[in-house]
Amino acid sequence: MLQRLPTSRFRSIPVFGALFCLVALLMLLAPDGARAQDGQDAEELRPLLSGLDNGRDFAATEAGIRAIAATGNPAAAPLLRALRNGDLEIRKSDNRVVLVVEEGRDDFAVDPLTGERLGELGRRDTNRISINNNIRNLIDEVVAGLTLRAEDPAIRRTAALEMLAAASGDNVEPLRAALAEEDDAGVRTTMQRALAASILQSDAPTEEKLEALETVAAVGDRQALQLLNRATADAELAERSAELIRGVERKLQMWEFAQNIWFGLSLGSVLLLAAIGLAITFGVMGVINMAHGEMVMLGAYTTFVVQEVIRQNFPELFGASLAIALPLAFCVAGLVGILIERTVIRFLYGRPLETLLATWGISLILQQTVRVIFGATNREVGNPDWMSGAFQLGGLSITYSRMAIVIFALIVFGLLVLLLQRTAFGLQIRAVTQNRKMASTMGIRTPWTDALTFGLGSGVAGIAGVALSQIDNVSPNLGQSYIIDSFLVVVFGGVGNLWGTFVGALSLGVLNKFLEPYAGAVLGKILVLVLIILFIQRRPRGLFPQKGRAAEG
Amino acid sequence: MTTISPILLTRFALGAIAILLVGSLVVIYLNLAFDPGDPWHVPTYVVSLLGKYLAFALLALSIDLVWGFGGVLTLGHGAFFALGGYAMGMYLMRQIGDRGVYGNPLLPDFMVFLNWDGLPWYWHGFDMFWFAALMVVLVPGLLAFVFGWLAFRSRVTGVYLSIITQAMTFALMLAFFRNEMGFGGNNGLTDFKDILGFSIQARETRAALFFATALALCLGLLLAIWLVRSRFGQALVAVRDAEARARFIGYRVEHYKLIIWTVSAAMAGVAGALYVPQVGIINPGEFAPANSIEAVIWVAVGGRGTLVGSIVGAVLVNFGKTYFTGAFPELWLFVLGALFVVVTVLLPRGIMGPFFGLIDRRRQRKLIAEQQESAARASAEREAGVDPDDTAMARGGAAE
Repeated sequence: MLQRLPTSRFRSIPVFGALFCLVALLMLLAPDGARAQDGQDAEELRPLLSGLDNGRDFAATEAGIRAIAATGNPAAAPLLRALRNGDLEIRKSDNRVVLVVEEGRDDFAVDPLTGERLGELGRRDTNRISINNNIRNLIDEVVAGLTLRAEDPAIRRTAALEMLAAASGDNVEPLRAALAEEDDAGVRTTMQRALAASILQSDAPTEEKLEALETVAAVGDRQALQLLNRATADAELAERSAELIRGVERKLQMWEFAQNIWFGLSLGSVLLLAAIGLAITFGVMGVINMAHGEMVMLGAYTTFVVQEVIRQNFPELFGASLAIALPLAFCVAGLVGILIERTVIRFLYGRPLETLLATWGISLILQQTVRVIFGATNREVGNPDWMSGAFQLGGLSITYSRMAIVIFALIVFGLLVLLLQRTAFGLQIRAVTQNRKMASTMGIRTPWTDALTFGLGSGVAGIAGVALSQIDNVSPNLGQSYIIDSFLVVVFGGVGNLWGTFVGALSLGVLNKFLEPYAGAVLGKILVLVLIILFIQRRPRGLFPQKGRAAEG
Repeated sequence: MTTISPILLTRFALGAIAILLVGSLVVIYLNLAFDPGDPWHVPTYVVSLLGKYLAFALLALSIDLVWGFGGVLTLGHGAFFALGGYAMGMYLMRQIGDRGVYGNPLLPDFMVFLNWDGLPWYWHGFDMFWFAALMVVLVPGLLAFVFGWLAFRSRVTGVYLSIITQAMTFALMLAFFRNEMGFGGNNGLTDFKDILGFSIQARETRAALFFATALALCLGLLLAIWLVRSRFGQALVAVRDAEARARFIGYRVEHYKLIIWTVSAAMAGVAGALYVPQVGIINPGEFAPANSIEAVIWVAVGGRGTLVGSIVGAVLVNFGKTYFTGAFPELWLFVLGALFVVVTVLLPRGIMGPFFGLIDRRRQRKLIAEQQESAARASAEREAGVDPDDTAMARGGAAE
């Protein structure tokens, strides 16, 4: 696609500017037809150029365009695109078709086939070739036909996809021709589908169309559904296509259901990550830590700092930035957590409401500290290469970053369960939460355990921050957006129960995603909140309430 | 927590009422009687600012009732405040009439902008002040009643209750942000012109609104005193301090909580309704959970369960906020955060708590001294052959 060249920077150095312009122009012309420069093939089009100059006789211009396209010359596509963009003009002096290139304040004429410079142009030296919308559409079509035979399979594939999206009977022949030469299996499939779609739009015989219907139905996406719907207008195809539509719709519904489940699980694992640290501090220790969200934020900012350092000093390590950030985030958030526990929370055990207020104050201080150091605006945290992109699983489109977060959340959860159930430290935590005095008599240093448990919960929140920095804006308000959700997850699942948090997070995520299509994102969230409020009325202790003495705490 | 004797609370509250009435009249006099430029003149914006503080004080008082006396830490009272504010805002919107940007006599500007054909059903009646005033109390009260009925009946207590009140105000915030709700969405309700036919910008109207707020606060204090001193209030404190014991004795704990919760929500609604005309806008940001938590800290700073303390706390903290956000905007959140921590860890009874404690102790010492004295006299009288019990009891009763 030709663009106006941005050359104003070079206005003071004309020689350099002209050189730049030429090089840029060659580069712009090059990608679509590498052979355009050698002039040999492109010259084939020269006699046909005059076919474009017909004043306002658009039918003649269309014929000229078709003639150019019929050559299948690689230079034809860029030429026609230039025409479509209105860059082709007629020089009055010799009635020659030239490409007009703007350079600073001046216009230059350039040969459209060779890229050779033909001299400066005044404003009145040329006439633009008139085109209308029909011609623009025609050009789009023929250019797509030309690109079907480009050398790069990616370009061929894109062209075929474009034709699939805007199926038209005119494409049947170019697609057939292209298919005969195509040897890339993936592109072939796409082309066959595009061909089938085009056949449906053409006046091909009914048998052929029926065959095409099957091919289209096999694609089984929304586009295919649209094509099939259009086909029902044809009496001979109506019956079969209605049948196929039902099949496709069923399949689509199934995939949509699966997609919803996946989105729900992915949202649920985000909730799980955010809430799991809270499940320890609130659920196990009974401390309402309103600064929990800020621990998540600290983790995210640690990631930011790590990436900055890597970018400036060891750019080759960027792919490993998250792996480096994880332990650091755990340490930073964990240490801040221990500090908070030692300085504030330990004076407030047994006064949960006061703890809530004090930690809220701490959250304000942490937020403002980060705001003063890093500024109030969003910070850019990059995704490593291996996390960008997506893959298709049947009708599911799964992005790698979401996938990574789901797996990561499961790993963190698993490790935490192991830590609590299988290690000496976990045993001490459970002992202290179940019966502080008894644990103390058995020789456990309870204040120490308290501090470490709080540090653990905060550290896990920090780790969550590393993961959330990949899908959310890293700003001082990051934590605020998760705090209410995380509390609801913990309360919903049942306090003092990691599995409750697990089930609570995932089911809330899925519920949210299933409500969204019917109620919209905001209303869906409101509904979830109301449902939780009502749910807590029915089961004040959550899904999996603690039983026995610990429940009385 | 320690309980302050209702008599002492009453004395302080009556003192506060006197100060409020006299103070507000003085401020209004200084505002209206002197021209701008005169050193004695109090600018109108200061009057509105003070009015705003007093509206916040009324909100704090309502929180003190549920938290200080009912033991229910609410993190969602901002929702009732905002609902009252919206009810008043709707009345003020209808008062604009055809003076809006689009000049539509029936529909507020934002509805014209959204191409609505007519008023939604819930906007009807808000052109009448009495109706709006009723809704100011009724809507928050009703919401609180339903919410409280569900929550207290199923014995949701402590932090669970706090968290679901927060979820409630959060859900309302999300709802009011939606344009489809018909409350102006993101922008809320603003551009008010008149209240009861008087221009809302006029100096006199502002003074009247300020005085109305002071008066409402005084009435709120009287109501609070009456509640706290009644049998109801005494039982409520029992529920706060030993819920299980009160229930076993036979009190319907959930009824006590529900009543104070609903009354308090209605009071918060009135505070919101007085706040809106003085600041000139109400938007969904008022529902933000952070606002509700901030209001709780006013009460904590002043001293929970002291009535007057909540007013002192609200005015002081908000004055600090005005000062810091003007002079050192970076610092304000540090100060507020530190306030939360310091008050909860070092000053659990707030600023007013120690005062009350001091006076209470002195009173108790005096009481004990009197009792000892009367006991001594009784023993002397017993020696003289008079029945000791009658006089001792009479004296003890008088001392109560």
